[in-house]
Amino acid sequence: MSQFLWLIPGSPMLGALIIALLGGYLKQRHFSILASCAAAVAFLTVLLAWLMGAATSQPLQQTLYTWIGVGNWMPTIGFTLDRLALVMVSVVSSIGLLIHIYSITFMAGDSDQRRYYFFLNLFLAGMLLLILADNLLLLYLGWELVGLCSFALIGFWYRDPLRASAGRKAFITTRIGDLSLALGIFLLFNEFNELSVSVLLANATVQWETGSQMPILAALLILGGAIGKSAQLPLQIWLPDAMAGPSPVSALIHAATMVTAGVYLIARTYPLFELAPQVQWSVAAIGTLTIIYGASAALAQNDIKRVLAYSTISQVGYMFLALGCGANALALLHLTTHAFFKALLFLTAGTMIRTNDNEHNIHNLGKRGNHSSLIRWCFLIGAASLAGFPIITAGFYSKEAILTATWSAPTGPLLWAFAAFGSLLTAVYIFRVYFFVFQGSRSGSPMPPIPAPMTWSLSILALASLVVGFVEFPEGWPGLHLWSDWLRDELGSASHPTLATAYSLQFIACVLPLIGIGVALVLVRREKLGFELPLAAFLRTGWNFDALYQIILIRPYFTLARFFKNVEALLIEGTLQKMTRSGMTVATACRDGLEYGVLNKSITGLLAGLRLGHMRLSATQNGLLSRYALMISAGAVFLLGYWLW
Amino acid sequence: MNWLLSVLIFLPLSGALMIALTGHNKTIYVRWAALTISTVELSIALGLWWIASPDSDGYLYIVQVPWIPTMGIQFLLGMDGLSLLLVLLTTLLVPIAILVSWRSISHNWSTFAALLLATQAGIIGVFLALDLILFYVFWELMLVPMYFLIGLWGHERRLYAAYKFFLFTVTGSLLMLVAILGLYFIHGEQTGIYTFDYFKLLHTNLSGDTGMWLMLGFFVAFAVKIPLFPIHSWLPDAHTEAPTAGSIILAGLLLKTGAYGLLRFCLPLFPEASIDFAPFAMALGVVGILYGALLALVQEDIKRLIAYSSISHLGFVVFGIYTWNQEGLHGAMLLMLAHGATTSAMFATIGMLEERTGTRLLSCMGGLLSPMPRLGAMLLLFTLSAMGMPGLANFVGEFLVLAGVYQVSASLAIAGAMGIVASAIYLLWMYQRAMLGEQSSDRIWVDLDRREMLILTLLAVTVLWLGLYPAPFLDYLQVPATGIIESNPAIMTGTEDAFR
Repeated sequence: MSQFLWLIPGSPMLGALIIALLGGYLKQRHFSILASCAAAVAFLTVLLAWLMGAATSQPLQQTLYTWIGVGNWMPTIGFTLDRLALVMVSVVSSIGLLIHIYSITFMAGDSDQRRYYFFLNLFLAGMLLLILADNLLLLYLGWELVGLCSFALIGFWYRDPLRASAGRKAFITTRIGDLSLALGIFLLFNEFNELSVSVLLANATVQWETGSQMPILAALLILGGAIGKSAQLPLQIWLPDAMAGPSPVSALIHAATMVTAGVYLIARTYPLFELAPQVQWSVAAIGTLTIIYGASAALAQNDIKRVLAYSTISQVGYMFLALGCGANALALLHLTTHAFFKALLFLTAGTMIRTNDNEHNIHNLGKRGNHSSLIRWCFLIGAASLAGFPIITAGFYSKEAILTATWSAPTGPLLWAFAAFGSLLTAVYIFRVYFFVFQGSRSGSPMPPIPAPMTWSLSILALASLVVGFVEFPEGWPGLHLWSDWLRDELGSASHPTLATAYSLQFIACVLPLIGIGVALVLVRREKLGFELPLAAFLRTGWNFDALYQIILIRPYFTLARFFKNVEALLIEGTLQKMTRSGMTVATACRDGLEYGVLNKSITGLLAGLRLGHMRLSATQNGLLSRYALMISAGAVFLLGYWLW
Repeated sequence: MNWLLSVLIFLPLSGALMIALTGHNKTIYVRWAALTISTVELSIALGLWWIASPDSDGYLYIVQVPWIPTMGIQFLLGMDGLSLLLVLLTTLLVPIAILVSWRSISHNWSTFAALLLATQAGIIGVFLALDLILFYVFWELMLVPMYFLIGLWGHERRLYAAYKFFLFTVTGSLLMLVAILGLYFIHGEQTGIYTFDYFKLLHTNLSGDTGMWLMLGFFVAFAVKIPLFPIHSWLPDAHTEAPTAGSIILAGLLLKTGAYGLLRFCLPLFPEASIDFAPFAMALGVVGILYGALLALVQEDIKRLIAYSSISHLGFVVFGIYTWNQEGLHGAMLLMLAHGATTSAMFATIGMLEERTGTRLLSCMGGLLSPMPRLGAMLLLFTLSAMGMPGLANFVGEFLVLAGVYQVSASLAIAGAMGIVASAIYLLWMYQRAMLGEQSSDRIWVDLDRREMLILTLLAVTVLWLGLYPAPFLDYLQVPATGIIESNPAIMTGTEDAFR
């Protein structure tokens, strides 16, 4: 099996390559088929890995070649498939395939499918590469590749400058995180002369003491990278704007897969975080704050995709919270369930937006009241799962488990209180959308039929949003407890509260979504009567973070750049011109003064003198012999006198 | 095979002479003759690369002929892995420069081609000469034809730019000449042998102050060419005003001669002085990285923007050179190649863009991706490489440099790594303003034709090759890098920490 590992990232990569190189010979409709086939090969390879027993065997490994070989800096193009990676590649390749299939009809009318499917395939390749990478540099390659594809797909409809800017904003913001990750790689390499993830982690646990400076630094730098990619505070600003991309892109990149890459990164390097408990706690703290931030901002949004974007920020916060409490397996479980229900929500939203003439506003969508029952049911399932509706949804199992695990972490009750409040808000904001869009809708008017590929994708996602959670029933309940046990060796396990506490926590987790749905009902009724939430404007702008960064970062940076540009123009150009001018002045002065005034004059003077002398002397040549004889005798007398005297 | 080194220099030189004498008003003949000569050069370089084994110690090829024996001047050429790769880059970029000019140069092709080939001879000479006087001769030889290339075929302010270029570089190289003579006499007094032979001069005993002053003489000359931060101001003008071929040669090759000079002469000839100077040089490098990236953001002229990005990238090269360790040196050398390929490709693409739009101002462009998807895709690829996207050329070099710098000083590495973010800021802004958004005018645009696709495909393959499988290049850098590291007296005496 391990010799086929390269196929997982390789087949979408090949797909992208073929589309890029041979695209000129293909028709528009061929691109979607080709790209979907490439995604399918990746998915089937993952499936094959499951069938061949990758879930229980030792990690599979494959090394293709040494990428850059300088001394100890020996990153390879090599892959490792352990259980953590297996979960991730399963999620990514299955949702990736579904979204490729969904796109076949969703993007059918677009005239630039070559670019769309090139980047979609490239994204899938990058994401799978980052998961399978056995060293930090290859991981970084995948990390940047998905960032690039995210940039290109957010700005897919680039003729609109706002969409193009949204892509740029996403790239640059995440790159600030990438800088931190890069520095983390340099630090680890400097300490251990090694880039392989497994060797690094093994060395770190042996050589570093818990709580000492180095692991703290390393964990902080890695956390910085994770925050950027996963849109956590304070680098979350790019995600709401990223909704400018096509809906399938939002579902795949900005909900299910890429934004959870930060969670994967922390889970992958969790031994470093265990060596740095302070950092681990701050992971939990950041997660908790982000939960509240995202949920509160989602409450006030009117654009359906922006609700889902803030919801993603908030839900990834739960994964960070779990990681911060050491419950890595539960973070991964929530990652999985979230991937399904959030992709489902985005795709239903996308379908609604498409069938209602690009209408994003939830009030207007509700007024049109033109939704098929499939869409209605799919959205309801997604919303219920997101809210954590007890027992029957997957979201309940993953979120409840995280809440319970939070309790016994350091400052657990406080974190738990915030997270529980966030879970209440979650039910409120998503059912606010549901009630606005679907309440009182009459499906009387003619509906365009939903094409088959879309129906399939939605149905599969809806089913998964309900059942995936059954792999891990709450503690103390009958039923399966596969997940934590299976991942314990690789990801460790968190401490649990006592069973009595757990039961009461579970009870609260069951009740909160129900209360939230009730609150949403009241809220929608009040809003329809014209009441606004308190602080609605503040919440709608995402707590004004954009304006803040505009003032403290972007404007100063531009001002600084313009300042130096002027300095350079004035100082260097000025000096140079001054030098040239003073050179010219000196030259002119030399010309006028020295050349004309002194040298020329002296030469003309000399010439004049010579001419005068010549005239005087030539006057003596008068041809009179007597005068000559007189001069000769006078000369002779003079010489004789001089000699004798 | 040693004689091929002389061929590499004299073939373009005699070609230039032949074209200048016989090519008047015969444009087609001149184009093809120049292309043929430069392609033969490329195949010679490829052949030398093919037959040389990367593991062989010292120099791969050497030519040694007495020239003016009474003064100890020889015709001494040598090619190690570093000069091999730089010669390869030179011979790749010159045919590309000729192809790029195919239609855009309209008058006086014979002079143009002759000057281009003469510049090539000068540059290859610089990369091969191991006699200091010979080096100086080639150093000046590449300068004069370049001056005329900018001054005769450049854009609006070409005379000013050519003059500035000449003024800066001549000042630098005169200082170098003084330093060369100083070294000559000191070595002569110490040993009784008056020679300009690089290998003999390597073992000159230089006391603190003298060594520092001589080193600075070399350093200033090279720093002007690189160009380092406070003396960079000639570059934006020269890049902007030069014709596309001139910008390719300038950015791709001339800037590399400065960095090459540091690696070949500054460090090995003056190790003690260079160690003392390393912190300052690295500081200048990091200032250059950030300053270039900052100023690139507010440029309206797209060629000027790329010029400032070159200042930023070459800052990384200097940064890596003075780390004096494996990662840093390898990274610096590889980045020289990567920057040569990437930035020439940028200039070539922008030249094609300028031919179509008739402007270099970003404010007059926009939305050009939809009418010219091929050009847009190529520009994106090279922009990404310049941004340090992994899998493309610049990333390998930049990351190695930063990994090397981190071992010397974490804070410098952090400052330098900021350049990664800064480069994304200005390059994406550039790409968006030129290519994305609403189309600026609804005239009929013509996408790249076959000749242009050939040029850019060649460069794109180079960029991808360097990024994905740099081993065939890195292997040749092992011996030169180790040589430089061993010249570091701190490492030889085991007092590595003192250096750190």
